[in-house]
Amino acid sequence: MERLLCAAVLLVAACERVPDPQAKTDLASEDIRSGYHFLTPDTQRLQDDAFENPGYLWVDRGAALFETNQKDAPSCGSCHENKLTGAAARYPAFADVSGTLINLEGRINQCRETQQGLPSLPYESDDLLALTTYVANQSKGVPVSVEISERTQPFLEAGRTYFLTRRGQFNLSCQQCHTENWGKQLRGDMISQGHSNGFPAYRLEWQSVGSSHRRLRDCDTGVRAEPLPFGDPIYVAVELYLAARGEELEIESPAVRR
Amino acid sequence: MSGIRLAVPQTATPGEIIEIKALIRHEMESGFRRGSRGEVIARDIITRFECTFEGDTVFASDFHPAIAANPLLTFYAKVSKSGTFTFQWTDQTGQVWSDTAAITVA
Repeated sequence: MERLLCAAVLLVAACERVPDPQAKTDLASEDIRSGYHFLTPDTQRLQDDAFENPGYLWVDRGAALFETNQKDAPSCGSCHENKLTGAAARYPAFADVSGTLINLEGRINQCRETQQGLPSLPYESDDLLALTTYVANQSKGVPVSVEISERTQPFLEAGRTYFLTRRGQFNLSCQQCHTENWGKQLRGDMISQGHSNGFPAYRLEWQSVGSSHRRLRDCDTGVRAEPLPFGDPIYVAVELYLAARGEELEIESPAVRR
Repeated sequence: MSGIRLAVPQTATPGEIIEIKALIRHEMESGFRRGSRGEVIARDIITRFECTFEGDTVFASDFHPAIAANPLLTFYAKVSKSGTFTFQWTDQTGQVWSDTAAITVA
């Protein structure tokens, strides 16, 4: 009898912990805060100072690469006379050429292969990071505005599903931390909302600039899930969902993050 | 890849105290860390920084393993004449990176 009672108590306790199926899955627009909001004043100052921010080492290098002719290929700058101002805020975007969703890294590599006749650059290579950081920096201050239409809807849904799905040994989804519990302390850190407007960003933990995919891999590893490979289409879809989720935020790249 | 960023004012008045900033991209691997397989990651650091103005040392510093990656230095100098600042970083193997910045004093 005692055992039965115990089981009943446990059952009640378990029932209480069942998440509400109507739980908030998206951020209210008045609640949206950039990752900058969750930094210490010192780190905010580091990001704001265009000289001290170490991310500008990559911007400088990217600017030089952008204007340099590569072997026989014309430089990026010879076509893109507007220096791609504002372009990064629209990515990831649907590419008519490949009929799929591509991010900034994918777009740069597509341009290299089809327009410049150059080999594509590997993810997280110095050159690709420099170019993406430079191009993203050209949109600094521009609000994120990705295309949400019939053709991008399936990707948005795929990204949203990934964000809402529990995974890993910790059995956590992205949204449990970044939508339901942002602003609370997770050990020494305050949980951010997980926006992508600062990427490529200089992370103090990496002591380097890294792509949003590197960040996503870190989060997946953090919940002890198997991270996806760099450039995985699912991660690109997650990028689209994140961009749509933080649509009003301004591009901060190269942001400084913990 | 190495990258250097310098912030030196282009002009100053005689006797003015100017702020100088110098940033270099470098891993500054301390030699105390271990990789995922437990192997020691070899030390790789810059050991010396020197800033000279027309041959005179303005500021110099010895670096040790506790200096962060991509070290940034800020220091001050009093300028009395036009000239060129030379910045030089030397790593533990003797490899040197350097850059210059000119200033007009009037």
